[in-house]
Amino acid sequence: MKALLIGEYRQGKLLDTTYELKAFADRLGADSVMLVVGSEADLPKYDGKVYLADAATYGEYNPDLHKQLVLQAVEKENPDCIVFVHSSYGWDLAPRVAVALRAGQVSEIVALNEGAYEVNACNAKLRRTVTPKSGRCVLTIQAGAFSPSGEPQGTPQLEKLELSGTASAIEFVGYEAAEQKGVDLSKAEIIVSAGRGVGKKDNVPVIAALANALGGELGASRPVVDAGWVDHSHQVGTTGQTVSPKLYVACGISGAIQHLAGMKRADFIVAINKDKDAPIGEIADVLVVADVMQFVPAFTAKCAR
Amino acid sequence: MKILVCIKQVPDMESRFRPNGDKTWYDEGDLAFRMNEYDEYAVEQAVQLKEQLGGEPEITVVSIGPERTVEAIKKALAMGGDRAVHIRDDRYYQKDPWQIASMIASYAKGENFDLIFTGMQSQDRGSAQVGVIVAELLGLSCATTLVGFSYDGGTITVKRELEGGIKGVAKLKLPALVTCQLGLNTPRYPTLPNIMKAKKKEIAALTPAELSGEAELTATAAIYPPAKKGGGLVLEGEIGVQVDRLMGILKEKTAVLR
Ligand SMILES: Cc1cc2nc3c(=O)[nH]c(=O)nc-3n(C[C@H](O)[C@H](O)[C@H](O)COP(=O)(O)OP(=O)(O)OC[C@H]3O[C@@H](n4cnc5c(N)ncnc54)[C@H](O)[C@@H]3O)c2cc1C
Repeated sequence: MKALLIGEYRQGKLLDTTYELKAFADRLGADSVMLVVGSEADLPKYDGKVYLADAATYGEYNPDLHKQLVLQAVEKENPDCIVFVHSSYGWDLAPRVAVALRAGQVSEIVALNEGAYEVNACNAKLRRTVTPKSGRCVLTIQAGAFSPSGEPQGTPQLEKLELSGTASAIEFVGYEAAEQKGVDLSKAEIIVSAGRGVGKKDNVPVIAALANALGGELGASRPVVDAGWVDHSHQVGTTGQTVSPKLYVACGISGAIQHLAGMKRADFIVAINKDKDAPIGEIADVLVVADVMQFVPAFTAKCAR
Repeated sequence: MKILVCIKQVPDMESRFRPNGDKTWYDEGDLAFRMNEYDEYAVEQAVQLKEQLGGEPEITVVSIGPERTVEAIKKALAMGGDRAVHIRDDRYYQKDPWQIASMIASYAKGENFDLIFTGMQSQDRGSAQVGVIVAELLGLSCATTLVGFSYDGGTITVKRELEGGIKGVAKLKLPALVTCQLGLNTPRYPTLPNIMKAKKKEIAALTPAELSGEAELTATAAIYPPAKKGGGLVLEGEIGVQVDRLMGILKEKTAVLR
């Protein structure tokens, strides 16, 4: 089995998740080669062949051009699978490569299961094992699911890749940085977060009151922020802040992977959810099965005493 | 301008899920279905663009699924879609993203849509493939995970959400396909008059047999509830008792309460 691993760069820097690709290939027992559209100034530590295309020429991310580069490497290496991280880069590029190769794609693999790939369904309430039916397949792995065992090391053997034409229908304009204002949750020792389960904006102060009573900060899940109930600076998760408090209280939060990614390193996790099967229960130290609007005020009163 | 919006009907994610008889999907009995959340943003963006262009574009809504799918289609029409196509397929859940996308592309091929909106993924399957595959099959330029969209004279400017709060801004010429992320806009609730009006809008029916039939490229080998780690403590019962027990646990196990 041979895997072509597609590394990832942002603003000239290699992303750490690139090393998860190698960890995944090792778990598969596959030989691997890598492709990066990146820069010689920051190469992956990797013992093996790395195809390098210059990001300055092909853009940090240009789907049309990156697709062509991946296809070129596929032609040279004839891999059994092409592996991406399931990130904004991977989920955008992988299906384009899959269509060009008429290959089946398995998205966001969380585990290996006797030769089949395991993926989540229905917000992690179910799992599926998926088997590719095409000889060659495209895979994306969930970020964090296949962590490297040690410090990455090695020196790549570089081989440069170039395209003859560089026309694309998509013009990259630039990046917009995250807003810097608002709360910094990364240093908070206690965070009490409001999820969609709090029901409405008027109920958010009830959650904030608990945060206050515990001497902590208010956090939030994404729908609460999208609905404008709480400012974006309070959002916890992949597209919000990554936090590691001593205590994290998730109020009416289901526990979607993108939220968990931001808070699972908390020392102690309490979830309040009316659904005993909510996926947050999988990582919570204590799951209180209750209506947030009944439990939280009662608990706040007790804390304040 | 001709706009297509692809939507899916999915179960409420707060439901309890169990595998169906042949373990290829979840059992649909007792589930309440609604429009895929990501697709609501897609419908809303299409309707906002129509409003911006003085009502000129025609918005077609397409969905694949069994009979109940009509409910989601009606909602999209009540939000502002003009007409709809229901690809009636009771075996939709056995089809992989490639087959689903091929059906949509096969329908869209002769229609020459200028702009196609889809959600970035479905809430039940979550493959995030269908939109991109449709674009590739139709040869459209494509951008995914939109949290910003604007249109000006045949060019769209999009904001893609990347990890860590960063956004990538790009320009695409029409024809194009975009996939929509949470927070792109605020999906409207259909008003009663619009719900009434939607009842008169056309919902054309198509069958999979009328569209290109592709063989699957991936198959579900099994579906099952995840193994419970079962580490955490579950507190059920009376609120007062739960409050006292949680208090006790926090005092014992953490340093945050004295
Ligand atoms: C690319 C991408 C990036 C994302 N980034 C983030 C991110 O950074 N942060 C983030 O949070 N999400 C993110 N998401 C969204 C994520 O997938 C989920 O949609 C989101 O986390 C769900 O938020 P929630 O748990 O508050 O809401 P829901 O999933 O709707 O869950 C609500 C929960 O509340 C419970 N509940 C309902 N009513 C009550 C009640 N009265 N009492 C008690 N419990 C109740 C329900 O049982 C349910 O478990 C991202 C998604 C994508 C695709």
